[in-house]
Amino acid sequence: MLDLSVIVNNFTFLVVQGLLGLGGFAGGTLRLALPAIGLGFLLGIFIGLARLTRMAWIRVPATLYVEFFRGVPLVMVIFWMWFIMPQLLRLPIPEYGVALTAFVIFEAAYFGEIVRAGIQSVPRGQVEAATGLGLSGAQAMAYVVLPQALRNMVPSIVTQMIVLFKDTSLASIIGYVDLTKAAQIVNNREIRPFELYLFIAVVYWIFTYSMSRAARRLEQRVAQA
Amino acid sequence: MRYEFNWSVLWSGQSGSWLLQGLLTTLEISALAWLLAAALGILSGALRTVPWPPLRAAAAFYVEFFRNVPLLVWMFFWYFGVPPLLPGAVQDWLFNHGAEFWAGMFALGVYHGARMSEVIRSGIQSIPRTQFEASQAIGLSVWQAYRLVILPIAIRLIVPPATNESLNLLKNSSVALTISVAELTFQTRQIETYTARAIEALTAGTLIYLVLCVSIAAVMTRLERRFAIPGLIARVGAG
Repeated sequence: MLDLSVIVNNFTFLVVQGLLGLGGFAGGTLRLALPAIGLGFLLGIFIGLARLTRMAWIRVPATLYVEFFRGVPLVMVIFWMWFIMPQLLRLPIPEYGVALTAFVIFEAAYFGEIVRAGIQSVPRGQVEAATGLGLSGAQAMAYVVLPQALRNMVPSIVTQMIVLFKDTSLASIIGYVDLTKAAQIVNNREIRPFELYLFIAVVYWIFTYSMSRAARRLEQRVAQA
Repeated sequence: MRYEFNWSVLWSGQSGSWLLQGLLTTLEISALAWLLAAALGILSGALRTVPWPPLRAAAAFYVEFFRNVPLLVWMFFWYFGVPPLLPGAVQDWLFNHGAEFWAGMFALGVYHGARMSEVIRSGIQSIPRTQFEASQAIGLSVWQAYRLVILPIAIRLIVPPATNESLNLLKNSSVALTISVAELTFQTRQIETYTARAIEALTAGTLIYLVLCVSIAAVMTRLERRFAIPGLIARVGAG
């Protein structure tokens, strides 16, 4: 009953175009996910730090930013970007740019919370000891607090990376040809939804599951150190 | 940028009733999916801790497979992939009774059940093993020990993460628009299509989600305080 020839015949399109983004369309799950993870985390570090500063004019907007994006569905944020980016910039933005911006802005709120919790998990005495040794506030943060905080954050960061990786499938809503859209395109021609969607489910699973296995191993190494 | 705002599109014409219908559909699909997710989550979360390997493995497979694949893929899978395999009578019934709603509800519930399961498992595992051993020692069966001792404590411990997860479910119900369930985001898009007022429509939808999420979070914080077991409050705060 399971007709796998549909997978075999369209394997190149699904993997080369959908997963890697090396086909004729501008697309690809990995081509979107990797920069989204990197930039989202980078922005998240700034937001996490901003939420902890004593300066209210930085802290309050950062808190509002996080609370806002955590209370809104990602689909909504993607549509927002889809409509306002071309308006604001007065030029047509490709799906890739819209999707990447939406993911970075949205996920930075979640990464920010992880960074904040990680920094708060470092005992206050560490900062006091560091400043007692004559380090400035920024030095204490960079050399004492952040290295320890990052270590505590590893499991949550990887979990969030997995979430982001899965979320990139939503870029297909605005027509970005990622793995999910590629399967839709093939399905429109072949009408084998069960096989196709199960196949991409397995492809996604291979990536996310190996990420979570790697996280678990890293966690154990960190715990031993 | 010059953009002439025209907020009246939100209450003139059909927009108002569309938003209301969308909100109701969102609440309906989320509530039903939440019940399914809670049932699957409690069942598989508990099964992952029982001393019987085949059951543990089955529960682990469910959790690891379903929560690691994007919800959107599950939506397509349950809506396009599964119905053709069902018996003809069931198919007829489904397509006469809003198949997209049921497929969406099922996808949402099964996906979040797997995520809920992890929340519940970590809740159960955070209870000292001695509680279980003590229950056995006073003569409770495994079933009784779970029902009377482990789960009542675990459920209280997991209120904050479970609330978080429930709000994720509510927000994720927006993905059901891809299989044309007429929920809130779908209706927001519809207003945009009919009135060409994207910013007004998106603002309305966004505000409704925000108000929903913030008020549910507030209610749950109160519940959490009310049902806390006095000795365990500190642990919850620290965890």
